Amino acid sequence: MSSNVASGPHDSANQKAVYVFEAPVRLWHWLHTLSFLVLAVTGYLIANPLPALNGEASDHFLMGNIRMIHFIAAYVFAIGFAVRIYWALVGNRFAREIFYLPFWRGAWWKGLFYELRFYSFLTRKQHKTLGHNPLAQMAMFLFNTLGTVFMIVSGFALYGEGLGTDSWADRLFGWVIPLLGGSEATHNWHNMIMWVMIMFVIIHIYMAVRADIISRESSVSTIIGGWRMFKDDQP
Amino acid sequence: MSIQQTFYEAMREHGITRRSFLKFCSLTAAGLGMGPEFAGKIAHALETKPRTPVIWLHGLECTCCTESFIRSGHPLAADVILSMISLDYDDTIMAAAGHQAEEILEQTVEKYDGNFILACEGNPPLNEDGMYCIQAGKPYIEKLRHMADHCKAIIAWGSCASWGCVQAAKPNPTRAVPIHKVITDKPIIKVPGCPPIAEVMTGVITYMLTFDRFPELDRQGRPKMFYSQRLHDKCYRRPHFDAGQFVERFDDEGARKGYCLYKVGCKGPTTYNACSTVEWNGGLSWPVKSGHGCLGCAEDNFWDRGSFYSAVTNLNVPGGVEATADKVGAVLAGAAAVGVAAHAAASVISHTKDSNKGDSSHE
Ligand code: HEM
Ligand code: SF4
Ligand code: SF4
Repeated sequence: MSSNVASGPHDSANQKAVYVFEAPVRLWHWLHTLSFLVLAVTGYLIANPLPALNGEASDHFLMGNIRMIHFIAAYVFAIGFAVRIYWALVGNRFAREIFYLPFWRGAWWKGLFYELRFYSFLTRKQHKTLGHNPLAQMAMFLFNTLGTVFMIVSGFALYGEGLGTDSWADRLFGWVIPLLGGSEATHNWHNMIMWVMIMFVIIHIYMAVRADIISRESSVSTIIGGWRMFKDDQP
Repeated sequence: MSIQQTFYEAMREHGITRRSFLKFCSLTAAGLGMGPEFAGKIAHALETKPRTPVIWLHGLECTCCTESFIRSGHPLAADVILSMISLDYDDTIMAAAGHQAEEILEQTVEKYDGNFILACEGNPPLNEDGMYCIQAGKPYIEKLRHMADHCKAIIAWGSCASWGCVQAAKPNPTRAVPIHKVITDKPIIKVPGCPPIAEVMTGVITYMLTFDRFPELDRQGRPKMFYSQRLHDKCYRRPHFDAGQFVERFDDEGARKGYCLYKVGCKGPTTYNACSTVEWNGGLSWPVKSGHGCLGCAEDNFWDRGSFYSAVTNLNVPGGVEATADKVGAVLAGAAAVGVAAHAAASVISHTKDSNKGDSSHE
């Protein structure tokens, strides 16, 4: 790890730390993770059910339970996201980062291209970032934020089909179904975007762990404790 | 024949007795899910209201809608309704033919301008100026536009008129389009299905003729009374679905026991129609009852969604790629995993190089 330290004494007194992720953001992160995991597993099993059970139908409620767990996790996922949006409005500036892309800022684009070059090993120099770097912010916004919105909207539209026409879910979200090309297409897109989000999760975990090991600032511990720690005091 | 003939008079003229007429009224009230008191209302309306003519046009189609319609489960309903509608124009089942038949169209337009119902079976092809469907020497699209201009409302019978159906399936060489794509200034009710169930058709047309308006429609223009639920919501095999008891193959034990057909591709969970309640052929059976999954025939674009025999079907991404979410997803997630592993390896190499050189990675 010594090579990570640029120069100068590397003791804790010298590390600067910034409070980045407030408690509600951290809590949401883990709630979101957990509910996504449950939704992805149960969702996969809805699309590809387990081998058939024997015996009386009244002896089992396997598919029913899988769907019920999906729907309970869906409420956690959706209500958690709603509270997270509220926190974006009242929280610190880092709480807003995943909800927009500052494409009108030249510096942001410069940062984005810099990060692309950095991750393609084209430059060695590493910038310090407090919140998300532009590349991370873009991935977070496109795949997680928009993905979450899509899953909630399409999910509750499908849920409204079960609740029935004129149910609250049908009134609020039912319009999505014809827009996506019908019920079957909505199922298929709900399934597809799950896979897109799984792809994001794989890359996200890799990037976070990688940053923790070889970048200049803390990453995994930040989403647990909230503080961004720097391993050096260079600018 | 007086111009202002009532429905009742028209029926009597066709040999329907008063007794049959009243039976028909209570049957219809029950069929539409209304209380018994509505039988009297229907009778009163049919006795006093002037008969609304129905013109039944055929575009690109297979005539399965007509075939279904004339086999309405209750022979009385079929008789009564046919006496109500075949009076005017339906080139498949009318007595007149040729110029004589085409004249009826013009007479109806003159006599009942803005006052007749246009029932469309099939749809117009637009390619080559509509030359793929010629009637009486003219493209069907012209006939459709002309009659639509003068009608009061349109019934789009079946999946052809409602969505496009097989002739509009990829690659749609004749560019067949559903009615609502070419007629935009008239109210349209969609009665999809390939074909629609006879009782659904007679129910819809009786409601319209009796009450002089559409029944309540859903977001996509279908009558809620028959299309507000998926087959899955009322399927008698649903307990097996909830239990997790599925037919895995058509010759397995589950198939013999009548388990749920979801895993062999039943489209009941995504199809809005009345098959699981009204059933077919006078309530005799319906596909799931006979051991085969629903094909989704009442849904938009059901021909192009991929396999009728798997639960997860094609995404139909623009550009003609045919793949399911599970297949694309496995590739995406696999690529991400491989990419991450490769990037991690490259990072270790580049990092070790830096350490060996003794310089730092962030100066
Ligand atoms: C990121 C979160 C989510 C993931 C990964 C996910 C995943 C899935 C998957 C893979 C399916 C199967 C699709 C198919 O039939 O082919 C499914 C079905 C479904 N999901 Fe989700 N889902 C998520 C969020 C939600 C939400 C928020 C709701 C809202 C209630 C929801 C409601 C449903 C419903 C109603 C079904 C259909 C169940 C059935 O056909 O029996 N999902 N989900
Ligand atoms: S057979 Fe089809 S409609 Fe019936 S419960 Fe199974 S999936 Fe649903
Ligand atoms: S069961 Fe499905 S495919 Fe068969 S007629 Fe009904 S909607 Fe159409």
